[in-house]
Amino acid sequence: METRIILNNQQSVKIKMVKKGFIAALPIILGYLPIAITYGVLASQSGISLFELTAMSILVYAGAAQFMGVNMITVGAGSIEIIVATFVLNFRHFVMSLSFANRTRPLEKKWKIPLSLGLTDESFSVASLNTKEGNQEAGGYFYGTLMVTAYASWIVGSFLGGVLGDVIPETLSRSMGIALYAMFIALLIPSVKKEIRFGYIAIVAMVLNYVFSYQWALAQGWSIVCSTLLASFIGTFMIKGRSF
Amino acid sequence: MVIVIGMAFVTMVPRLIPVFIVDKIQFPNWLNGWLDVIPYAALGALIFPGVLTVIPEKPWIGFIGSLFAVLFAVFRANIIFIVLGASIAVFLLTLY
Repeated sequence: METRIILNNQQSVKIKMVKKGFIAALPIILGYLPIAITYGVLASQSGISLFELTAMSILVYAGAAQFMGVNMITVGAGSIEIIVATFVLNFRHFVMSLSFANRTRPLEKKWKIPLSLGLTDESFSVASLNTKEGNQEAGGYFYGTLMVTAYASWIVGSFLGGVLGDVIPETLSRSMGIALYAMFIALLIPSVKKEIRFGYIAIVAMVLNYVFSYQWALAQGWSIVCSTLLASFIGTFMIKGRSF
Repeated sequence: MVIVIGMAFVTMVPRLIPVFIVDKIQFPNWLNGWLDVIPYAALGALIFPGVLTVIPEKPWIGFIGSLFAVLFAVFRANIIFIVLGASIAVFLLTLY
């Protein structure tokens, strides 16, 4: 009898975590759907088959790289060239994955492996700023639901774009282009209110990214990697010890 | 399809390798501290200057839109409201 109550309890904790994970993923859905649809439309207009464009979303699952890939395929770039450019653009996920894996050390590998494959700029940001849920019991379910929901919305969106074409009027989808930036801002501000130095770190990264990408004309991928690493490194001198 | 598989491979491997690094090695404190603040630096780099390209020919629209997001966030609006609010602001600015 007692074991059953404990089991039921664990079950309800898991369900609660799944719900929290889904709610945390909502802004990502809002941001992903219009972008994924735009990607699907663009890819099918470039003559990429529905199967291939959906496969790209399932297998690559990286927005900026997929847009770049479609663009390069259209202009007739070589496959090696496209793959190398993808590597450069997506290398930032190595840095993010390292930070996330280190943060979630208590999680088992059977969780961490699939979670790492679901890391994007957006899922990484939401997951890293919600470690409170993640560190609780059954935190894997929180992260898992978050990742799967974001992933599913990306795939569904690109498929819809490929099948239906422009279902969203252009003015609307362009305006929704700010959605993910607004989400990043919404994630950042509460942390800055708690600890102003996180804000300084972010501003240093912004300035560096601006200098690297606009002034030095560095590739977007390297620019984000370098400014993230450098700004956070400078940040370690601002923040002594692990206070969070 | 060869391109898709190649792109998938070079995207998945960097995402996956850190799991095994972290599994094998205990990091010194300074490195833990560094990795801990990476999300805040990444957010900064992801926001700017990318936000200026929301409406590529009018960078100021993205900038104003982000100011709205900051404003809503400072007043503790729900994240969905912040996302929608900034989108509406940009929509109205594109009409203007």
